[in-house]
Amino acid sequence: MTAPRFSIGIDLGTTHCALAYTDMSASDGEKTSHGVLDIPQLTAPGAVEAQPLLPSFLYLPHSDELAPGELGLPWSSEQRDIVGELARSRGATTPIRLVSSAKSWLCHPGVDRRAAILPSDAPEEVARVSPLDASVRYLTHMREAWDYAHPDAPFNQQDVTVTIPASFDPAARELTAEAARAAGYDSLTLLEEPQSALYNWIQASQGRWRKEVQTGDIILVIDVGGGTSDFSLIAVVEREGNLELHRVAVGEHILLGGDNMDLTLAHVVARKLAANGTQLDPWQMRALAYACRAAKENLLSDSDVQTMPIVVASRGSKLIGGSIRTDLTREEVTAVILEGFFPQVDASARPAIRTRAALTQLGLPFAQDAAVTRHLAAFLARQVAALDELEGFAGRADPGAGFLHPTAVLFNGGVFKSGILADRTIATVNSWLAAENAQPARLLTGADLDLAVARGAAYYGYVRRGRGVRIRGGTARAFYVAVESAMPAIPGMEPPVQALCVAPFGMEEGTEAELQTQEFGLVVGEPVHFRFFGSSTRRQDQIGTMLDYWQPDELQELDEIQATLPTEGRQPGEVVQVRLHAKVTEAGTLELSAVPRSGEERWKVEFDVRGQPTQ
Amino acid sequence: MTDPKSNPVNNVKPSFFRRIPLAFGAFFRTFSDVDYATRIDKLRQDIEPAPVPAKPPEEPPKAAPPSLKEATPDAALQLLSLLQRDARLIDFAMENVVSYSDTDIGAAARIVHEGCRKVLNEHFTIKPIREESEGSSITLNEGFDAAATRLTGNVVGKAPFRGSLTHRGWRASDTRLPKLTGSHDASVLVPAEVEL
Repeated sequence: MTAPRFSIGIDLGTTHCALAYTDMSASDGEKTSHGVLDIPQLTAPGAVEAQPLLPSFLYLPHSDELAPGELGLPWSSEQRDIVGELARSRGATTPIRLVSSAKSWLCHPGVDRRAAILPSDAPEEVARVSPLDASVRYLTHMREAWDYAHPDAPFNQQDVTVTIPASFDPAARELTAEAARAAGYDSLTLLEEPQSALYNWIQASQGRWRKEVQTGDIILVIDVGGGTSDFSLIAVVEREGNLELHRVAVGEHILLGGDNMDLTLAHVVARKLAANGTQLDPWQMRALAYACRAAKENLLSDSDVQTMPIVVASRGSKLIGGSIRTDLTREEVTAVILEGFFPQVDASARPAIRTRAALTQLGLPFAQDAAVTRHLAAFLARQVAALDELEGFAGRADPGAGFLHPTAVLFNGGVFKSGILADRTIATVNSWLAAENAQPARLLTGADLDLAVARGAAYYGYVRRGRGVRIRGGTARAFYVAVESAMPAIPGMEPPVQALCVAPFGMEEGTEAELQTQEFGLVVGEPVHFRFFGSSTRRQDQIGTMLDYWQPDELQELDEIQATLPTEGRQPGEVVQVRLHAKVTEAGTLELSAVPRSGEERWKVEFDVRGQPTQ
Repeated sequence: MTDPKSNPVNNVKPSFFRRIPLAFGAFFRTFSDVDYATRIDKLRQDIEPAPVPAKPPEEPPKAAPPSLKEATPDAALQLLSLLQRDARLIDFAMENVVSYSDTDIGAAARIVHEGCRKVLNEHFTIKPIREESEGSSITLNEGFDAAATRLTGNVVGKAPFRGSLTHRGWRASDTRLPKLTGSHDASVLVPAEVEL
């Protein structure tokens, strides 16, 4: 096989996908030849248009719904389902057939992600798809679009990077890699989205980044997309005279994004209309959310505009008589978006946690506190010790600091197209820094907010070939399995569990670790389950470290893992002593396997993504 | 549109009894009214084989007839469909605006304006032909593009022409209409919608 000519970066987003590429044969050093592929997609029945973004929506049409031949794409005469712009617009009028936010479902621990569960509110006769399937369709569409545009450079001979939220747990990472394999991606690397955004910033600076950051800088990447908020901390260190970047911490998975903001505004406007006696139906409500987004973007980018008119068109052909008109004022947007989602809080603020009613588990676990700044304060406080272990940073941090002090901020995501929101966020961070007598953080500018992730991923494929600076970091968590303590059973009390570290923090791609100290007896032919935990703060734990006690926010329970030993060559029911072996693959997924004490065999330990209701 | 003269009822053929007063009326009025007589005269000429009308004298003697391009209806229908989908242009134009207040029309116009703008931005690249601001004076040298610049007013003499710019002009430098599948019926501008 010849060396790949292109490095392809794919942003598999909650609301939009994008594909960017770097022509590695035409790039030299920090001067790269790159672009974004316009993805052909149906925009109306029978009409195909190429657009830079592919909306991450899948529509499952009724067999009589569309005339034959109306779903053709340039590379395939007949599709069963619709992906992209038409799926989104059709779905607005027929939501029971629309699959949306598949990515959020992919990392939802409460559901079986390989089961056909979407659309979640579809009636019986709609053939549902699994969150995994939906991701496969988007990835397939992009592969076919590439092959159609580049018949001379087949997709599978290029270097492909797919991005994921930094907060994705090992199971969600594995599912993304599985979706890519099912979509026919032969070679694949996963990259965290905030890192990708930083790569894009580096690429866009064409080498000037070395002047804009220096050793000792701590870059905070704040990525608020359509559906999720994702934070990462990246430290700049010097090694052998060269600047190096280390991703030292990632935030938790927060389902909170631009879509929540638009919907909130729409409800505010709908309430105002209801007060005047106008009730909106669900169709008008969606149209209102769309109109609110446009009005919000105007009000939040231009500080001179005081009011934006909002008109919801009638559904029938009577446009003039049937339209509903109202206004969105600057005060409303400020109160709802700025104070609701980006309040100027203290560094000690923490997101509010309400106990959920049991039924909410059926839907997506949206963030309970809408304030991005409170989530950010919690993240920085939790990661206050993130740099203690890093060479060159030891002793540099203020021992009395209540949170980790970033020195630079990089924004990503469409929400920050609004200068007012970006200003508010950085002002809030700087007020926390000022309260602890630290220097204000600088703003790193120049990244493309909509396409940075795809572009950065394409640049990463190029960098991996040793052609530019690479962000190091490895896994952003340490992983543990639960081991029951050997103690006499006490009626009515669950035996306390201990957590055994099976993969330490910061394992780099391609490295392995085997747990030598502890063996597990697995019963042949019977699945064995382990409770599985991750910690984004316990950097010091080594493989084999046994925790008897931990703070509630130190360890997060993840999907169970399970191993089933095949019966070949053994008696069912036989107990085999195995050791746990952890490996971080080149693709960036965590692979756990069970290795028997004797013999060369190795069985994969699977992440159990069938979902169990969490307490 | 309520003008009775344009009413198609006039095409109904008059009955015999209606023709009697009509004939007498015409007879007498032809004597008294010169204009009426001219119209009657013209009516006669139209029924009889009319003399060949004289050719307009301006026509150049032997220019080859220009080959006229037939515009394909598909692209036009497609654009209409886009303008309807995003701007509700057909709904707007087909509605009788007489009975609505300017406030109502203004609200609808916002939808139409915003949508038209979206269609123009997405599917065309439109730039002014002249970058100068309107009202400024312009010199057109010999060999200027007469198709992209229209001369008005006191059009005499020869280039260079000096005048003031009344309209900057627009040029579509790129057109990006969606591709249509082979079987797509472009004459359906917007399908009827039935909610189940």
